[in-house]
Amino acid sequence: MGLAKRIIPCLDVTNGRVVKGVNFIELRDAGDPVEISRRYDEQGADELTFLDITASSDNRDLILHIIEEVASQVFIPLTVGGGVRQVEDVRRLLNAGADKVSINTSAVQNPQLVADATGRYGSQCIVVAIDAKRVSGTDDFPQWEVFTHGGRKATGLDVVEWAKRMQLLGAGEILLTSMDKDGTRNGFDLALTRAVSDAVDVPVIASGGVGNLHHLADGILQGHADAVLAASIFHYGEYSIRQAKAYMAQHGIEVRL
Amino acid sequence: MTDIAIVDYGMGNLRSVSKALEHVAPHASIVVTGDPEVVRKADRVVVPGQGAMPDCLRELDARGLREVVRDAAINKPFLGICIGLQMLFESSEEGNVKGLGIVSGKVLRFPSTAMVSAEGQKLKVPHMGWNQVHRAIDHPLWKDIPNDARFYFVHSYYVETASPESAAAYSFYPFAFTCAVAKNNIFAVQFHPEKSHEAGLTLLRNFVQWEPASRLDNQPRT
Repeated sequence: MGLAKRIIPCLDVTNGRVVKGVNFIELRDAGDPVEISRRYDEQGADELTFLDITASSDNRDLILHIIEEVASQVFIPLTVGGGVRQVEDVRRLLNAGADKVSINTSAVQNPQLVADATGRYGSQCIVVAIDAKRVSGTDDFPQWEVFTHGGRKATGLDVVEWAKRMQLLGAGEILLTSMDKDGTRNGFDLALTRAVSDAVDVPVIASGGVGNLHHLADGILQGHADAVLAASIFHYGEYSIRQAKAYMAQHGIEVRL
Repeated sequence: MTDIAIVDYGMGNLRSVSKALEHVAPHASIVVTGDPEVVRKADRVVVPGQGAMPDCLRELDARGLREVVRDAAINKPFLGICIGLQMLFESSEEGNVKGLGIVSGKVLRFPSTAMVSAEGQKLKVPHMGWNQVHRAIDHPLWKDIPNDARFYFVHSYYVETASPESAAAYSFYPFAFTCAVAKNNIFAVQFHPEKSHEAGLTLLRNFVQWEPASRLDNQPRT
């Protein structure tokens, strides 16, 4: 027995509420972030990830208050991402009670930010989030490109090479989202997950496409992910974290029960 | 009078540690401080720490905290977390620095050649996530915590103690390494009790109530 594979529910937060988009179009209200955090914590979530998708800068501080409140009630690791542009943003989130901060678009615009943030606060608290889209290649040699700005902007960067570069700059973990699979409920992009996870030494969190519990197990067993992230299957009570863990354990995956 | 001082030497996030301690000891006076005098006067001292050990030691020196942390480690209930454990040792491979030398042994990096699971899968570094903590000794800080309970880890270096009797627990990744050390008034852990749910909170509660039977400096408590 050793290290357990992690299940991480993801909470997209805007204007102080948890929402879930369906293919980035319609946002459904999924509830109060503090209440949902407590519920997942009680169910045995291994960590929680908050993605601040607030569009206007006016409401940016709301996430800080939410994290402060969650951090005083829930004693598991908390990751926060969304709109992190400078080391000062990292500092404010850590001070509010975040344990890790995830950086996405800004890592591409300014890779030095990843080096500066890890230099200041340590690799363990900097997660680089990568939005990946399959671009070319045969099924034997698929390739994926890094996209930024919530998936709207192509960068020309190869996902596997980018992940390796982020590890070199100090990223302690990679949060890998398949844009092709996100919202489809058809399962992770397993080839993508495996390609990145096998290429780097740091842990990889698989994200995008989970529709049932078997998808979670596939992400670990076939995608070689160290952790799996999901949102909608947990938010609407379809499955509990406990059920997900029991299912993974039945399939020979070591989990924290 | 401060009941518990959490030593702030500018390395990493101490918020989680103070929140968790406030949760288990709501009536205690708990301060996050970089002031050597406050640390000196506190009943109990917690030394957390994240990032690189050379940076941690440099900051400890820059803030004039090395001596007071050393004193706390030999004469009052002391809890080291993560780098707060590693710095107690004699030396570290990370940056080839000397530690405080209170516990004999050294700090080593997980060797890339050994990082393969029994099933042949690559094991990632940092060792990040929930691992089982196997107890090596009985200790008041283990009270009400099941043996083999899982705690949250995040680290790339581990301690190798030269005095096996100081090991309080070990974990496997993939080999056995010491994840908790107990010596007189010192208890120090590689994992993060402040992020380890019920098991972690129980350990912190045990620390708050702990009256060590002996002190490293062997002087009677005043």
